[in-house]
Order: sequence, then C-alpha cells, then structure tokens
Amino acid sequence: MSKRVIIEPVTRVEGHGKVSILLDENNKVTQARFHIVEFRGFERFIQGRPYWEMPVVVQRLCGICPVSHHLAAAKAMDVIVGADKLTPTAEKMRRLMHYGQTLQSHALHFFHLCSPDLLFGFDADVQIRNVIGVALKHKDLAVQGVMLRKYGQEIIKATAGKKIHGTGAIPGGINKNLSTNERDVFLKDIKQMLVWARGALKVAKDYTVENLEMVKPFGSFDSNHLSLVRSDGAMDLYHGNLRAIDAEGNKIFDQVDYSKYLDYIAEEVKSWSYMKFPFIKSLGPEKGWYRVGPLARVNTCDFIDTPEAEEARKEFMAVTDNKPNNITMAYHWARMIEVLHSVEKINELLNDPDLQGNDLVVKGERRNEGIGLLEAPRGTLFHHYKVNDDDQVTMANLIVSTTNNNIPMNRAVQKVAADHISGAPEITEGLLNHIEVAIRAYDPCLSCATHAMGKMPLKVTLFDYQGNEIETKTKE
Amino acid sequence: MSNEINFVIDGVEVTGKPGQTILEACDEAGIYIPRLCRHPELTPRGSCRLCTVLVNGRPQAACTQPITEGMIVESETEELNENRRNIIDMLFVEGNHFCMFCERSGNCELQALGYRFGILAPKYDYFYPKREIDATHPDIFIDRNRCILCGRCVEASRTVDGKGVFEFVGRGPERKIAINAEQFLKDTNLKITDKAADVCPVGAIIKKRTAFTTPIGKRKYDKKPIGSDIEEKRKKD
Repeated sequence: MSKRVIIEPVTRVEGHGKVSILLDENNKVTQARFHIVEFRGFERFIQGRPYWEMPVVVQRLCGICPVSHHLAAAKAMDVIVGADKLTPTAEKMRRLMHYGQTLQSHALHFFHLCSPDLLFGFDADVQIRNVIGVALKHKDLAVQGVMLRKYGQEIIKATAGKKIHGTGAIPGGINKNLSTNERDVFLKDIKQMLVWARGALKVAKDYTVENLEMVKPFGSFDSNHLSLVRSDGAMDLYHGNLRAIDAEGNKIFDQVDYSKYLDYIAEEVKSWSYMKFPFIKSLGPEKGWYRVGPLARVNTCDFIDTPEAEEARKEFMAVTDNKPNNITMAYHWARMIEVLHSVEKINELLNDPDLQGNDLVVKGERRNEGIGLLEAPRGTLFHHYKVNDDDQVTMANLIVSTTNNNIPMNRAVQKVAADHISGAPEITEGLLNHIEVAIRAYDPCLSCATHAMGKMPLKVTLFDYQGNEIETKTKE
Repeated sequence: MSNEINFVIDGVEVTGKPGQTILEACDEAGIYIPRLCRHPELTPRGSCRLCTVLVNGRPQAACTQPITEGMIVESETEELNENRRNIIDMLFVEGNHFCMFCERSGNCELQALGYRFGILAPKYDYFYPKREIDATHPDIFIDRNRCILCGRCVEASRTVDGKGVFEFVGRGPERKIAINAEQFLKDTNLKITDKAADVCPVGAIIKKRTAFTTPIGKRKYDKKPIGSDIEEKRKKD
C-alpha cells in the first residue's frame, strides 16, 4: 500500500510551505515535493501604478531582504529614466545598502535559523534546538549573530532611511549621501565586525569539514549553477552579467547581458505549487534547472575581490578539487564567505569619499521597458517592467531568488526523503528535522517566491496509495 | 472700534484682531487646533469638521468662525478629540490609503494627524472602494484612492488659478473630484505651476517624478508632529 507523507508547515524558513512524500507498497519514496502554498499576485496589482513607486512598493514582498527588491526595481527604473550610468555617490550608496542587507540577512539565517541544527545536531530535542537554546548554550555566538545583523541593519537605515522598507534608491540614483558622522559611527565598529565575520565563517567551515562524510550526501545532487559575475569574472552582488555553469564547471553561457535574460531563461508552471520553475532554455526544463545563491555564486565566480573572502573561497573550492561544490549543506559555508566579503566591502566603501558626494541623480532618455537584476542574499533576482507613456506600469515579471532554487529544493527533499524515509513510513521528529534542514540550507524565502504573505510553518501528511490521509503532523 | 479682540480658549487668554477666525487667532497665539481642509492661502470651507470647537458651548468650525470679544472656546476636550479621532479614522477607511508605499508619506497631513492622535490601526472596517486614477497629464498624477474630498484643489483652481479645473460631483458616498474635461486630465489646462497642483494635503494630486526625493528623516513630519510649528511659537513667547 503506498502512502503520502506531508510536512506542513516547514519551520525556520521565510514564508509558508509544505512537503509531500509518496511511498510505494514497500515504503520506498517514489516522489517528494516541496509545495509553496502562498499566493499574492504582486505582478498583477502593481499594474497601473506609476513607475517611481516600484522600488518602494515591490520591496513590500518581503521583510527579510526588502533591499534586494528595492534595488532591483530601482535598477530597472534606472533603465526607464535613461540613467545608464549612475553617479559614483549613487552607485556606491546603493552598494553599501546592498552589502549591509546581505550581511544582516545572512547573519539572521545562519545564527537565528540554522545554527540550532548545526550546533545541537538534526535530531536534538526541539526544546533545545532553537535560537533560545543557542543563546543559552553558546551565548557569545548568539550575541555576535545579533550584533552582526544589527550592524547590517544600521547600514540599511543610513542608506535607505529605515532598517526595513526604506526609500533610498530612486529612479536614476539615490536620495541621500552618507554623512561623515554616519560614516564614523560605522568605522568605529568595523574591525569588530571583521573579527565576528571571520568567527562565523570558521564555525561554518569547521562544521562542514568535520562532518564532511555526513554532509556530502545529505540532500546533495549535481546541478547547474547561475549567478551574475563582474566582467572580469569576480563575484559581484550588485551588478554584472549572467554566467551559468554545469556541475563540472563547464560554462553553459557567460557574460550575458541580463537585459536579454528572456533569451536564456524560461519559467515552467506546475499545478501543485504557486512557485514557478525556471530553467535554462537551451537545456530545456528537464536538464536546465539550476541553483542560485551563495553556493552558486562561489562556484560560478573566478575570484572574490576582497582578500580574506578570496582566501576563504580558495579553501572552499579545494574541498571539491576546484570543481563546483554540489553539496547542499555547503551553502552555509558559502554564505559565511559572503558575510566576510560583505564586511570587507563595507569597510572598503566606508573609506571611499565618494559616499559624501552630493551628485545623487542622473536622467536620460525615457524608455518603456526596464530590467534590473542583482544577487540577492538568496540568489539571482530578476525584475522586469514595462511602462506606458503615461508613466504607468503595464507589465511586471519578477523571478525571485527562491524561485530559481525551486527544483533544487525539491531535489534536496527527494534525496533526504529517499535516504531517511524509505523503509520507515512512520513520521518521526527526526524525519521532519532532516527534511527541514535540507530546505533551510537554501534559505528559501517563500513569501518572496510566490510574492506572497504570511508566516511559514511546516506540515507533513501521510497518505495511502489511494490518496487517503493516514496521519498529519504540524509544526508551528 | 478696538483693534483687539480678547477671548479665552481652553483657559488661555488670547488677543486677536477683528476679522480673524478662531483658527487664525489661535495660530498666531501658538495654540494649535487640528485641521485638514484648511489651507492658509485659501478661503476656508469648514468641510472636514476636524477643527470643530465649542464656542460658548456650541460646536463651530474654528476655521470659519470669527472671533468675538469675550467668547469662551473649548478645543482640547476629551469629547472633541474623540470626534476628531473618529473623523480621521473614517477618512482612512473610506479611501484606499496605503501609507507604506505612498510617496506623500512623511509629508501627508492625514497621516501626520493619524500619528498626532495616536491612531495605530483603524477601528472601522475598510471600504476598499474602487476609485479612478488619471495618469494622462504629463506632469501631474491624480490618484482618487487617496482623495479625502477636502476641496482645496477645487478652491485653489477656481480662486487662485482662475481656471476651475476641479469640481465636486455626486453626493454622499458617490461624491468625487471631477475635472473640466470630457475624460482625461491631459485635456484640461492644468499646469504644474498652478496652485491647485500644490495644495493637496494627501497623495491624491501629485507632481510626477518627484517621489521619494526627500530622504526619510528629512520629511516634514518625520521628527515633529503636525502642529508643532504653531505650538513652538507659544513656547518661544
């Protein structure tokens, strides 16, 4: 008799989703899916709104990394207003905002959402395996997580006006510079942030290396990887061209102008999820799916242009003999490399006098279509708009970071389910944990992915082969 | 005839000039009476009723009621403020006011009054009315979702600009701002330099391509509540 297991809601991720697992008569996993059950419809309801509202309204998709949407929309609006090259002050202020948010988002994910799994083990008592448990047992680490995140958020406040949902980036530029007073406050603490970022990187690295035999197969699989890279191949989270590589590191395409993304990327819709399934057109939906985010970025770039993060990248790549790393749990290590990179970048920018410039906005020839991409904390983020002559948005297409990771997350769930459930149809706490740990590695933001709202807890349900529900367990 | 008129508001003796309204005299004396439809450069209409005060025990709009010698005015009473709070609350739910992405946020008088009166969430159900927007004008955008029917644009266009671009049509819940063209704002003679384009207290009539240029922290009501400028006069004296 076949059975279906449902995990709903999935906890310690952003948004609301569930997992369903189908077992055959011998309790072998035949199918495992990660369903995103939120629906929001941002792309529709912004139609008719004036284009200059986009950076402010679309960021409301998310409360975790709204800066990504704010900046991606602003980049698209730069195209609309004909601002082909921003002033140095505008571009650097936006970059500072972006590195601030990458720092705070990654810190939130690693310290608050994931560290309980890594520090206490996947099977530890749920009473301990939570952020409070971390605060009690590993006080220093918990405090560092909070303080790193706070620093990132203060950077966002200084550049966007508010820690969440600010207004800094406007079509063609930015609405403020960084005062010397603001700069000095950040410079005072930057060395401490560097120390803590190095510490966080060490925790993630040591965990992966020490548990390599366990994490190597855990929810892992070969995949393509996609990200923006700078024209010289460096990692660049704010701007660049598209590069896709396969699991061996061969380039599928490289230095693609992202305004031509539709020639390279398509999206598939499936009836069982509100999240779309993007793929590389030339490879088709079966083989063209890819991973994005920290793991993909460290894999795709040729180097990182800050010294400590570059050293860390080399160590990371050495684990897989300089071939792309396809280990799902290595996302955590890659994410902490980016934390260190972000702090190094913030330090670089704070010492740049361009941030005190007063030339904030440029304009050019008005256009009716704008595309803006950047590397959000969770991966490549696509914003595409059409605007009529009356300045109203007529079309919006948002491919959000987590959407790009849709199939990979499903693969990870399938792999963990096959490895841990087959032969054991009973839903145990351990099973729930393992599946969540795999999903969490991707740091999905399901609210963003479906452009949806609400909390995101995890539910698992068990069905028999006729579709009758046997058992459901829910975690709020 | 004396050039001074003395009256009392909330126990404070105020001296005004002949012809002044209660609101004008109080503004000069550094006493703030909440208001929304009133604009200092336009003829008062007394339509929003936010400035309602008790004059010798009778409710009157402070923006239209002239001062008289010896009148006793009450403004900061619990009942009047509760009425004001209700008016603001109703205005919020009657339209589609989404402060979180409205470009007038921080400079909006309705929002600022909401903050001044401590309104953190509406107590009435939202109407979610279907309202029209008009983006056809090259420089000006009308978003009727945010219109509170204060009539400032009507008054400014008629009396200051001498154009009559805006006018009310309909009654009760159907009341709305209309334009003196068949269909679109672009077909009117409204100019961006017109007073009518400059007096909207909310984000209903906005100048295109000016949004979010003032950073958060430097907008009009970011640091101090609405009315603080008037109240500061009294503190200085």
